[in-house]
This record gives sequence, structure tokens and C-alpha cells, in this order.
Amino acid sequence: MSITRAMKRYSAFAIAREAMSYHQNWEEAWRSPAPKPKYDVVIVGAGGHGLATAYYLGKNYGITNVAVIEKGWLGGGNTGRNTTIIRSNYLQDPSAAIYEKARSLFEDLSQDLNYNVMFSPRGLLMLAQTHHEVRGYRRTVYANNLQGVATEWIEPKRVKELVPIINLDGPRYPVLGALYQARGGTARHDAVAWGYARACSAMGMDIIQQCEVTGIRSEGGKVVGVNTTKGAIDCGKLGLVAAGHSSVLADMAGFRLPIESLALQALVSEPIKPCMDVVVMANTVHGYMSQSDKGEMVIGGGTDGFNNYTQRGSFHHVEETVRALIETFPMISRLKMLRQWGGIVDMTGDRSPILSKTPVENLFVNCGWGTGGFKAIPGSGWAMAELMARGHSPLTEEFSMYRFREGKFIDESVAAGVAH
Amino acid sequence: MSTRLPKGGRLIDRTKPLNFTFNGRRMQGYQGDTLASALLGADQMLLGRSFKYHRPRGLVASGAEEPNALVGLGTGSRFEPNQRVTTTELFEGASAASQNHWPSLEFDVGAINNTFGRFLPGGFYYKTFMFPRFAWKHVFEPVIRQSAGLGKVPQDRDADRYEYAYGFADLVVVGGGVAGLAAALQAGKEGKRVLLIEQTAHWGGRAPVDGVEIDGRPAEDWVKATVEALGKMANVTLRTRTMASGLYDHGYLLAYERIGDHTPGDGRPRHRLWRIRAGHVVTATGAIERPLSFAGNDIPGVMLAGAVRDYVVNWAVSPGDRTVVVTNNDDAYRTALALTEAGLIVAAVVDARASVTGALPDAVRAKGIRVLEGRGIAKVKGTKRVTGVSICAQAGEGAEIEEIDCDAIAMSGGWSPVVHLWSHCGGKLIWDDARAMFRPDAAKPPTGDDGMSMVTAVGSANGALTADEVLADVAKQMGGKAAKTNSVAEAALEPVWIMPQGAGPQLKMKMWLDYQNDVKVSDVQLAAREGYHSVEHTKRYTTLGMATDQGKLSNINGLAVLSDALSQAIPQTGTTTFRPPYTPISMGAIAGEARGDIFQPLRKTPMDEWHGANGAYFEPVGLWRRTYCYQRPGEGVHEAVNREILNAREKVGMLDASTLGKLIVKGPDAGRFLDMLYTGVMSTLPVGKCRYGLMCNENGFLSDDGVVVRLSEDTWLCHTTSGGADRIHGWMEDWLQCEWWDWKVYTANVTEEYAQIAVAGPNARKVLEKLGGMDVSAEGLPAMEWREGVLGGCRARVYRISFSGELSYEIAVPASEGLALWKALIAAGEEFGVMPYGTEAMHIMRAEKGFIMIGDETDGTVIPQDLNLNWAISKKKADYLGKRAQERSHMASPDRWKLVGLETLDGSVLPDGVYAVADGVNANGQRNVQGRVTSTYYSPTLKKGIAMGLVKHGPDRMGEVIDFPADGGKVFKAKIVDQVFYDKEGAKQNV
Repeated sequence: MSITRAMKRYSAFAIAREAMSYHQNWEEAWRSPAPKPKYDVVIVGAGGHGLATAYYLGKNYGITNVAVIEKGWLGGGNTGRNTTIIRSNYLQDPSAAIYEKARSLFEDLSQDLNYNVMFSPRGLLMLAQTHHEVRGYRRTVYANNLQGVATEWIEPKRVKELVPIINLDGPRYPVLGALYQARGGTARHDAVAWGYARACSAMGMDIIQQCEVTGIRSEGGKVVGVNTTKGAIDCGKLGLVAAGHSSVLADMAGFRLPIESLALQALVSEPIKPCMDVVVMANTVHGYMSQSDKGEMVIGGGTDGFNNYTQRGSFHHVEETVRALIETFPMISRLKMLRQWGGIVDMTGDRSPILSKTPVENLFVNCGWGTGGFKAIPGSGWAMAELMARGHSPLTEEFSMYRFREGKFIDESVAAGVAH
Repeated sequence: MSTRLPKGGRLIDRTKPLNFTFNGRRMQGYQGDTLASALLGADQMLLGRSFKYHRPRGLVASGAEEPNALVGLGTGSRFEPNQRVTTTELFEGASAASQNHWPSLEFDVGAINNTFGRFLPGGFYYKTFMFPRFAWKHVFEPVIRQSAGLGKVPQDRDADRYEYAYGFADLVVVGGGVAGLAAALQAGKEGKRVLLIEQTAHWGGRAPVDGVEIDGRPAEDWVKATVEALGKMANVTLRTRTMASGLYDHGYLLAYERIGDHTPGDGRPRHRLWRIRAGHVVTATGAIERPLSFAGNDIPGVMLAGAVRDYVVNWAVSPGDRTVVVTNNDDAYRTALALTEAGLIVAAVVDARASVTGALPDAVRAKGIRVLEGRGIAKVKGTKRVTGVSICAQAGEGAEIEEIDCDAIAMSGGWSPVVHLWSHCGGKLIWDDARAMFRPDAAKPPTGDDGMSMVTAVGSANGALTADEVLADVAKQMGGKAAKTNSVAEAALEPVWIMPQGAGPQLKMKMWLDYQNDVKVSDVQLAAREGYHSVEHTKRYTTLGMATDQGKLSNINGLAVLSDALSQAIPQTGTTTFRPPYTPISMGAIAGEARGDIFQPLRKTPMDEWHGANGAYFEPVGLWRRTYCYQRPGEGVHEAVNREILNAREKVGMLDASTLGKLIVKGPDAGRFLDMLYTGVMSTLPVGKCRYGLMCNENGFLSDDGVVVRLSEDTWLCHTTSGGADRIHGWMEDWLQCEWWDWKVYTANVTEEYAQIAVAGPNARKVLEKLGGMDVSAEGLPAMEWREGVLGGCRARVYRISFSGELSYEIAVPASEGLALWKALIAAGEEFGVMPYGTEAMHIMRAEKGFIMIGDETDGTVIPQDLNLNWAISKKKADYLGKRAQERSHMASPDRWKLVGLETLDGSVLPDGVYAVADGVNANGQRNVQGRVTSTYYSPTLKKGIAMGLVKHGPDRMGEVIDFPADGGKVFKAKIVDQVFYDKEGAKQNV
């Protein structure tokens, strides 16, 4: 499709051309317009999920009279503060479907958006360090094969080949093998948000930053618009894609969401030369690590044990995570922690997302991605766009908010034992 | 060149020379040197290469803010990459190597990036490297990764050890300069418990370098006297080499003490990480000087004016023979004076301000030094070392007025308070226009759990500039009277964000903001032009401030340039978020002593030693180590397991069941509480009896199971799974503390107080009878009952419960008697053919018997009804945890997968975790499934594979054969059968 025709294309040639004028003539990646009085669709939340939703509304359904409203700066929530892992080795069918959709879209995302999101399918390992975990991951492999997700079980020898810096024979939890997804990996998180934003803007969509929603208006059970700090905006359909703050927005619309917000901890080391070309997750000891293109070891751990909205780093999880990873990768003991931070994750009762119609007609919600939302962004946007445009989507079918009432959980407690 | 001056140097001891190497070259410094001053003293200005363009990099600063001078320090198991030489104390035999170049520091192929720098503007990689698709992962990314990164990868396991410690203080004063010392002194006099920490090895901060006099005596003397006075106060603790790395909620302060970095291998811990609960924190963290942005400001030899002064005064090292000072404020004139005093040449002071008067400029002029007013640097000459500067009008576009030869440039763009700790936990900043700085906003401090301020910023950290101001600020905020100093009036600084003011794009492409990450003024302007307007966008797009110094030098300059590009005021742009740690801290220190064998506590049962001596093959179960099986010489694991099972089935086996969770629940409301916790009724259980119970979470899913025992009228003992004891105890306390806080119930986890041994098999009773002391007959101790007594001389509680399907006793004794009883049972059982068995035999025997195992048959998505456990769910109770959830439509659906037994048609063993497929695919193209295997084993008893699984409508489909595709296209055909494979009638256990 030629929806990105309106923007100047990025390429090596473009860089060379612009270099001649000292890069003085690059155009804005996205416009910063004032809101119009009315849009066909308003999306609240210009994170990855919100922007991807808008993008696929335009690309797949030709709906381009769209505004994406953002309280802060686009991509500034969890899209910009996660550990960039991409995988789809989930256990339950609905999860595997949407995460694999996302992963497969990542494969071509740079070309599709004409923005290098640096998707790097470098491979992802989940270490099995107890017999119980071995059984669980073997089960996942069988499930994945039936779901069309390419994963395999690998033995310790192969683990060592893929991760030379790993210590297989830790005194406490020796590595017994791993669940391996060869086409899992990482991408540049900010670039995903920026690439979608640029493509949306090029389609004529308005991305309105520094604009907070203060109220949601509905008439006769149908949503008609939002009130914002930049004035009232009418809309035909409204999508709430605001992660942890979705419950605040739902409250404005008069319904409740089963979401709790917790801080998830992450940190990076100082940069070193390349030493690990895969992503490794160790769920028994609660830690995961990859190396960024800059050379930093990107490390994640668990969530704090209490609800909050502060986006601050706390230390006790960092402590546990680093201990675990030093056991797994002894060489990191002499690296230094450069920076730690917290992201607020929106957790549902079954740790799976909500992509759903709501009690208010034409109002849709996409939230609850918890600790694993980044990897889902393209699939989430794709499915949410379908849900909003057509009223239903096979990918969102099982992620209805009403599943909690029915007890129809999509529980990934086996596959998602820790934060991810 | 840079040299060691013949005299001076307040921190070095010339009688103690120290030898070290840099890139293999032998060099010498002195006790008291930092690696930075020693290198500079040896004329080693070029120290590394930058991240992106591989440009030559030299020292810029003298402290924690240094972005450039990072080295690989040490060798082998003591090698550490990215060590900042400015904060590395020199020691004998230090071995340092520069980073990020190939083949050598002097000649680096990667510098080709610099040649093509024009084609590599900020964020260029987002715009290219997209075709062909596979090339990113396989071509571009590897090249970029190899070029990026900084230090080399440590290869060996860390030879050092680390420790952590806990500290408590009414007041923690961070920073041992005059502000911190004065603050600590005042608080100490008031009797507060004070901890004063300083990141360097020296007290006094900048004051002694700046020629400050306090109360009529040199700052040096005042510092010495104050430290002595503090040392005499019992309520004050002083700690140098200790950096406050982060402040967290409720005054939780982390401090990083570098005990042995300068004495490697002396046996002491290398680092100690302090976790401090601070009543209040005073940040006396000083200020950091800002660079000026002029073309070529990154060429080795361009340094901060304050740092130049530090090297001359503290370590008697001259950065250059002939220095040009460039500034927008009076403070840098102190550097000109210090250089002159040391006998070095100051070629000129270039001041951006149009008219310069005042005591300090006058003093400089009096030394015969030229002061060029309203001037700036158009560009710096030189590549690997400054050779001169081209002078222009600050107000112009950079036309050269004159050229001055020099080999060093001392620059000062003003000072920024160190506000990191203030900001870590939510303290807000305010922009001070007059001083051109962000300083703490006293009206919006970080607050503690009481909602009150938990931090006070004092001195330079609070925006004070002169010694007078600093001490007055301390007195104002801490109390007491400010000492008098010799401060002179200083003229206001004039903000200069680029030099010259009207520089064009070509010059801006040579003005560095972030030296390490190669972010230039032009990059920030490009980001603004392209719509990356938020300071966070600009930071992330350009990588400004993302280097190992985290923007200590670059952030304020960068956001000023951004503000200018966006035509908005600096406070409107705001800052990026300050995150811990202040400077990077070692991973080793974070882990502390918890590594290797003591990474996590290894829980062992009282009989562990015996198991180890008798062929145990251990497996981790939670934090426990349990015996998977006992191997005999020459025996494989599977053979051992099969032998153990057959022996237990035919004769008698013994299992160490000590890890089983044991929770005491006691109190007037204990019965009511347990009735809510378990799906069955526990309140009616008679004293002396046992009952199997299931626990569900609020969502109705089965979370744990075990036998509940009523010990007395108001006391129950709840057995949990081995891995579940702590979790279930927490679960109980959660409900008791948060929901049912008025119920009179007490719980205690007594798991480790008891050793527990299962004796199972046809001969079990004979073994116990031989030990003697208790009536264990069928009448004396019927099934699902317990008795207390003395068994074989041990005080014992004997339960008649069976997880194997055999006649079985579980014997609990005090942990201290566990090993004795175990040995006594082995001896007594010898004639009856007793053998110990491990966890795998236990698992298989329970599966033969059709008993479920938490974690195998359950995975957080299974309700008891799925497992045909309705018999253990009370129909009469009004409520229990999970009841309401289990009544929801999907939970009650007849389509749920239910537990059945599975037998392959050929007797083979089904693989673990395989799924049973159904016809067709679902709406998302996934193969339809109708069940899965939950447990699968080879049964030595039945001599064939047996399995349990959850199958859609399973119990209604007995005899049906379903397909389980497995590895390599193999499909297992299995028949749905009853889940109980062995002794359906229970004849063996009820004897």
C-alpha cells in the first residue's frame, strides 16, 4: 500500500542528499497539530499500542480521520521503558495467536513503516533449571507446534553454543535445557513508537501530545466524544489504549476494569563489546538479560509487591535479579549497573490483556498487557483496529473484558512465570 | 605537553612513587594520585576513543562527571571494563588499557566513522539499513554492535568478594566538602545520630583548591579541624570512598563503599553496599562545571577549568604548558591564577561577556594575562591534541579575529548543582535564571512516608556559588552560625549555550555536547527540527546523556540548545529523569555475598547427610534439595527409581518427607478460618484424625493440597506441598492481616521443626513394631488417624496416611531426632527388606494410584472439579475461597477438560506435556486440541507406560482412543481409561 506516500522516504540516499545541506532540511517525523473538533476515531494513548491501532485502522480499513491523544509525550510510557524482548512462545492458544501475529509483523515492520525499528530476531532462550520447568517447557513446545509458533527444546550443550558466557553448572540451579525460539529477539523500542507515529501522521492522522483526557461523553449509551485539556473532541468511535491509566478512563465512561498497576523493575549495565547474541530468560531465578546494540546488558526482573504509579526504580528486586544473573553469567559481576528504572505495568487477574468492547457502545478498550506488552504492539494494533473497524476480530475474541465474569481466563502462569 | 610540576600537589606524597602501566607502557605516579593525574603527569592526554565516531578522547574532568577517560583496569579475574580514571586511586602495579579502538589507540580504523560523520547525524540508523530485510540482523547490526560497546568483556569469574551492610541514622549527610562538614558538625552538636559520607578519599571538596579561607585560616586547616571534631563525636560516623548511589522511597538510601579498589587482592571485600534507613538526608553534593559548546571542544587538551585547577593544585600536574581559559563567569579566573602561580603560561582568558570587571578578573589582569572581552572560540586546532585556538567575537558567526597557540584549553560554562539524590525520589527542580541552573525547589521536596520532606539540599548542591553563600546556606537550613570566609564579589555569569552565538551549521557539527556518545549541537537541533520535541524524545533520538556519565556534563547544555531550537524557555523543556545510581555501581556489590553455594539458601533436611552418603541423586525443590533417587554403584537413574518402587510395593520403602510444609493454625477462630481456606470442612474434624484438603485461590483455581490434622480442640496442623509451604503461609497471613484481621487465629510455619519419614509398603507395620513403643496396629492406629508416643526412643507423632497406595505411616519427630530415627528405621527394616526411595518413586507411585500432584495436574488454570475432586468440596458450606469463582459459567461448563487415565496402545510412555489433537483448526488457524498429558511415567509395577491427562468430556469417553502428535511426526495413540491404575479398591493400604 502507498499510504506513506505523503512523507519523504528515509534511505541511505536521503541521508546523503540531506548531508549536502548539513541536514537542515529534514521534515518533521510527525506533525504536532491542534485537535480538530471531530474525528471518526479517537484513540487515547500514543504509546505503541495506541499508535499501532491507529496505523492499522488506516492501513487495513482506510480509516484515516483519526486522532491519537496523549497525556505526555508519545511513546513515553511502557513503550519507552521496557526491555524490548520479542517472543511468542506462549502456552494458551489466544495468547500464542496474538503474540505470533505481532512477532510476524515485526519481521517486516521496518520496511512497512519506512523506519528502522531494528527488529533483531537473534533468538530467545528460556532456561529450564528444575525438572518441573523442563516438563513445562516441553509442553510449551508441543503447544507451540500446534499453534504454528516455531519453538524447540534444546539441550544444555546447544544452550552453551548459543550463549558462550553462560554457566551451565551453577551449584544451585544447573541448566537442564531451554525452550528456544529462533525468531524471537529484540527491537528498538522507541523506534517502534516513532515509526508508527510518523506513518500515522503521514496518513493525515493527528497525534496530539500534552493533551490529557478529562472526561468521556456519551449519549444514550453511545460514546460521542472526549473532553481534554485542549478542548472537547467529538468522535464516532473511541479506543482507550492507556495501559495502567485505562481504569481511570473507564471510570470516566462509567465502567470498571479489573486492572492493578504495579512497578516492574529493569536496569542496564555500562556498555561493553558484544558478548551475547541471544535473549536469555531464567524464570526459576527470576531474571532475564539481553545485550543492546549499544552494548549495554539489558536486565529485567520482577514487579514490586505493591500497587503504585510512580515509575520509580526500587532496589529489592534489582538485588535479587542481579544475584540470579551473576550465578547464570558470572562475568557480569565486574560490570557496573548504569541505570535502573521502573515502569508501571497494568495487570489483569489472569495476566492476559483486555481487547474488548465495553458497556458503552462504540467505546473499545485495549489494556492489561502487564509485563509483556512491547512484543505485542503490532499484533495488538492489528487486532484492535479490526475490532474497532469491524466490531469483532478472531484475535481479540478471547480477550474480552467479560471473561472475568465468566471465569474464562487465559492464564499464562506456566509460560509467563515471571515478568517478561 | 602535560607534566608533573616540580613542587606542590596537596594530595600526593612524592616519597612514595607507584609504578603502573598504560597500554603496556611503564609509568610512574605517586601515592595520592588518581589514575587520571598519574596519566596526565606522564603526558598521556589521549586516553580513549569515543563511542560513535571513534574520535580521540582525553581527560575533561577530574571527578565522577568524567565522560571520556574510561579504561579497562586489571587483568584476568580482576579485569574491569569502563573504569573512570578520575575516580580510580592509583596503586602499585595498576594495569590500565584504553578502550574502543582497533588496532591501537593512536591509529583506530573505526575513526573512519569520523570522516563520514557528516553522513551519520543523530538518529541516522532509524533512516537506513532497512534493505534487504535480512541485512539488519546479519550485516548492519553486527557491524554496529562491534563498533559500539566500550570496554572489553570480562572473561573470568570474579576473584573478588563483596559484602553488604545495613546502616541507620537520624541524618545522613552526603558529601564531605565544607557544606557537608559544616552540616554534619551542626547536627552532631545537636546530638543527632549522623552519618557523613564522601565519595572520594579526601575531605574538603573544592574549597582547598579554590583558595578559600574560613574563619581566617586556609580551608585545608578548617577541614582538618572539623574532621577531627567530628571524629570525636560518638554520635557521628565518617566514611570516605562511599558514594550515595540512590535514594528510594521512605528514606532508603544506598551507599557504595569502595573498600578495596585501590588495594586489590588484599583479602578485604572490594565493595560494600550500604542499605541505610535515613531519618533525613542532607545533600551537600556540590556542583558540576559545564563545558562550553564551541567547535572542536572535544579535542584532547580541552578541559573543564575547575578540573585544570584540580590537577595543578591537588596533584601538581599541568595539563598543558600554555593554556587558554575560556569562560562566561568569574570562577574560571581562579584557574588562570592557579596556573600562573604554578609557573605555567596562560595565553589568554577568553570571556564571552562584553565587559568584565571585578576582583578576580582584576587579579588576572594584574598578572599580565590578556583578558579578551566579548570573545569566543571559533574553533580549536589540532586532532589528537590541542595546538591552538581561533578567536572570534562571541556575538558573531565565527570569523577569526586572531589565532592563539596553546596546548590546553580550560573552559567554564558555569556550574550545575548535583541534584540527583534530590530528584531520585520525586524532588522537583526550579530554574534559576540569574545563575543559569536547575536547583532544588525547596517547596517541592521528596517526601517520606509521613508526607514530610526527607531531603535538604545545602551549599552548592542548593545553588550557592561562593564559599560565603555555601556556609550561609548551611547555617540557614541546619541552624548555627555561618563562619566567615574570604569570598570576593563575583560578577554574574552570562549564559552561553553555543559559541559563537551566530555559529552556522558547519561549526555546530563540531560542537560536542555529549563527548562519549558523540552528540553534537547539530544533532539536538536536528532532533528538534524533526519533531522530537520532548526532552525525552531528543535524548533517546540522539543518545544525549545516555553514556556512562549519564549526561552529567551534557544534559543542561543539551536541553538549553533544545529550548533554543524550540524557541521556548528552559524550564518549559524540563529535564530528563534522574535515575539511580549516581555513578555506576558494580553488579558484584549488588549481589553481595549471595553467590555460588550461598546464592540462595540451600535447605537441607536433617537426614540430608545420610542421603548424600548413600548414593542420593539430588534435585532442587523450591529452596530444598531432595533426593530424586538413591543410585547403587553401576545403576542408572531409571533403574534405581524402578527398583525403589518395586521394593516399596513388595516389601517396604522409606521416604524423607521432611520438606512437606507444616503450618500450625491455632486459636478460637481457627476452625472457621480453615473452613474458608479449604474447600472441605476442617472445623468438624475430630481431634486425633486427619483429612485431605484442597486450597483454591480467589479465582477458584487449585493452588495447594495436603493432609490436615487436628491436634487439639483449637489447634490444627496443615500439611502443604514442599514447594508451597512459604507461599501458603503467606497466603494465610494475607487473609488474616488484610481481610479477617478480627479473627482470633495464629499461624506458625513449623516446617523445619520436624523431620518426617514415610514408611510405606506391606512390611511397614512390621518395621514400626520392631522399633516398638507405640501401638501401630490396624485397630490401634486406623487409616487417616494419628497418635503421639515414643517410637524407637524418639518422641514421635505417627500419621496413618498414604500417598503411595501402600500401607503407610508418616512419622514426625523433632528435627534433631530425624537422623537417629531414620537410621533406626533402616536398621529395624533390614530384615524386612527396607530401602529408601526418592521423589521420583514417590511421583510414580502416586500416579499409579491416580493421586494428583500440585504442579503436574494443576498449572494455575485447573479447578478441583476438573480433577474429579468434587468429593473433597463441601456442598454444605456457605463459602470458601474460590467458591464464588467456581460458580461462574465457564467454570461450571461441561466442556471443561477433565482428568482421566491414559494408556498407549503399545504400552510405550507418552511424552511429557503432549496435546491430544482434534479435527480442524480454529479461527486463528491453530490446530484444534482436545486434551493434554499432565503426568506420564513408566510404571515398573504394571510394566507399561501410564499417564494422566485432562481431556474434553474425558470421563464420558472411556475406552476411546485419541491422538497425541509428538516429536518428529510421531503420533502416540492412547486409550482413555480410569485414572487409578493400581489397587482400585484400596486393599493394600487399608490393612
